[in-house]
Amino acid sequence: MIRVSGLQKSFGEVKAVNGVSFDAPDGRITGLLGPNGAGKSTTLRILYTVMKPDQGSAHIDGVDVVAQTLEARRRIGSLPHGSGLYPHLTARENIEYYGKLYGIPPADLERKVDTVVRQLDIGGFADRRTKGFSHGQRTKVALARALVHEPQNVILDEPSSGLDVMATRSLRELIRQLKAAGKCVLFSSHVMQEVAALCDEIVIIAAGQVAMHASPEGILDATGCDDLEDAFVQAISRVGR
Amino acid sequence: MLSTLHTVFRKEVLDNFRDRRTLLSALLLGPLFGPVIFAFAINLSLKQSLSDASEALELPVLGSEHAPNLIGYLRSHNINVARAPATRDAARTAVETGAHDVVVVIPESFGRDLAEGIPATVEVITDQANRAAERESRRALLAFNAYNQELAAMRLSARGVSPLVVRPLNIDVIDVSTPSGRSAILLGMLSYFFIFALLTGGMNLAIDTTAGERERGSLEPLLCLPVTREALIYGKILAACLFMAASLLISLASFYVTLKFVPLEKLGMTPNFGPAVVFTAFLLLLPFTLLGAALMTLVASFTKSYKEAQTWVSIVLIAPTLPILVVSILMVRPSAELMLIPSLSQHLLLVGLIRNEPLNGLHVVVSVVATLAAGAVLAWACARLYRREGLLG
Repeated sequence: MIRVSGLQKSFGEVKAVNGVSFDAPDGRITGLLGPNGAGKSTTLRILYTVMKPDQGSAHIDGVDVVAQTLEARRRIGSLPHGSGLYPHLTARENIEYYGKLYGIPPADLERKVDTVVRQLDIGGFADRRTKGFSHGQRTKVALARALVHEPQNVILDEPSSGLDVMATRSLRELIRQLKAAGKCVLFSSHVMQEVAALCDEIVIIAAGQVAMHASPEGILDATGCDDLEDAFVQAISRVGR
Repeated sequence: MLSTLHTVFRKEVLDNFRDRRTLLSALLLGPLFGPVIFAFAINLSLKQSLSDASEALELPVLGSEHAPNLIGYLRSHNINVARAPATRDAARTAVETGAHDVVVVIPESFGRDLAEGIPATVEVITDQANRAAERESRRALLAFNAYNQELAAMRLSARGVSPLVVRPLNIDVIDVSTPSGRSAILLGMLSYFFIFALLTGGMNLAIDTTAGERERGSLEPLLCLPVTREALIYGKILAACLFMAASLLISLASFYVTLKFVPLEKLGMTPNFGPAVVFTAFLLLLPFTLLGAALMTLVASFTKSYKEAQTWVSIVLIAPTLPILVVSILMVRPSAELMLIPSLSQHLLLVGLIRNEPLNGLHVVVSVVATLAAGAVLAWACARLYRREGLLG
């Protein structure tokens, strides 16, 4: 369960996030949708605690991300944009390294790593060094690494960017599995179709503000459009620039 | 904190042991290159200075037929007369162009002047700015002066005056340098090679901590983990220290081996560089690893890319030379105050060690504590910087 209220963050003169509030409940897939530069990544960066908000607050399962940073981090599995791996380590070693840093006891580590290796179907290349992996393979390993500690909340920043059709399909399948397991999934995208195909809730962000927050059907109703893409454009244009 | 630090440390060591670039520069080129080149250079310069003392000097003399006695005297002093240019002007040109280092010109009037008791002229043409010529011209001048005094003494004796009358002073230069002390001048320069090797050993790791992780895209996910930034950065700095220590040890060992092929004993120098000295030098230099690792990590954290970091960190490689250079010029003696300056204190202790002087306990303690303290402060500064949001770039 992720709760965001009144988040603000500026970089110099630029207000990247200007009062964003929304809830992402457990057992639901919430999509953060917005054009480039709308403030999606900054919002997510505040949620997975690599940035602090200027104002407002964010809670992960009721844990404040600023006041109890380490506790909040434990409850999140995150895939920052363009996540890189260590090329001289094997896929399994990359996952194990994160598992150890998440504080998984040594006795459980192997079992947990095996679980995510199976879950993400990376057994075929798990024991190869990640140097020279395809983008799809790298994304899978990075996801496995983020999920090895079985977090309740999963935050993915543009996870499908650059993936081919097959990799995108298996990513969607994984996100649905996480939802079925009762996890809270929050991911960002600028592709309307992708969000529509997956999400239970859509939060449309433009110019650092929430333009609309509803189910895909709710967004169509509210904008009076038949097509989600038109609705998206409509919703964004409502935020005065 | 400790288990995180341990995890990070082990991962960094494994990661870098598999990186050929790190291995090559840290454990091969850095530590081996310096001592090997240095030993080679010493060998060359030793050969040159050895040849000066024992080999005959070939001295071109124009007009040697005018002074057969003088030439005989030179021969008895291991100076052979060689063919000279045909004229005085040609001799000048030959020295100017560097064809000859020194040319001696004996005028036709030499024998007559000598017989009549008029000061007879001998011209020594040389280029004072040419350092290579300095030694030869000095040898020639010394021989002429000696001949001059010998003639003077003979003339005085012939007139019944003791030659001692014109020697009111007896100047003796007593060289107190011990054989080990003399080699220290050469070997003292080595301390920089060791510090250089040490720093090269951890360079890639220090850069990787910030610029490298960022460029690979692995920094942001790393910072999302439920561990403190301190644990991450200290683990990384410690891993860099390990590589630096390994690099230092290899460098010391390789020098220990190469020194066996340098004929220092021919110059009456006995290099005090046995296994015990190698081990002590390793321990004395070890505290510098923390300072070096933290300093390079700090410098790298301000840069935008791996390439840029390499440029700036290379400058750090030069920084430790500065205090050593200043002290070599000023020729200061070790003191407790100087031991407060990292790199300089290691240099001075190492020079003392090679000179076979007993280690000053206070100096060692001040050096170790001051260097470790400076390293700790820089490591702390690294951790502070690692907390900045701007780190993500």
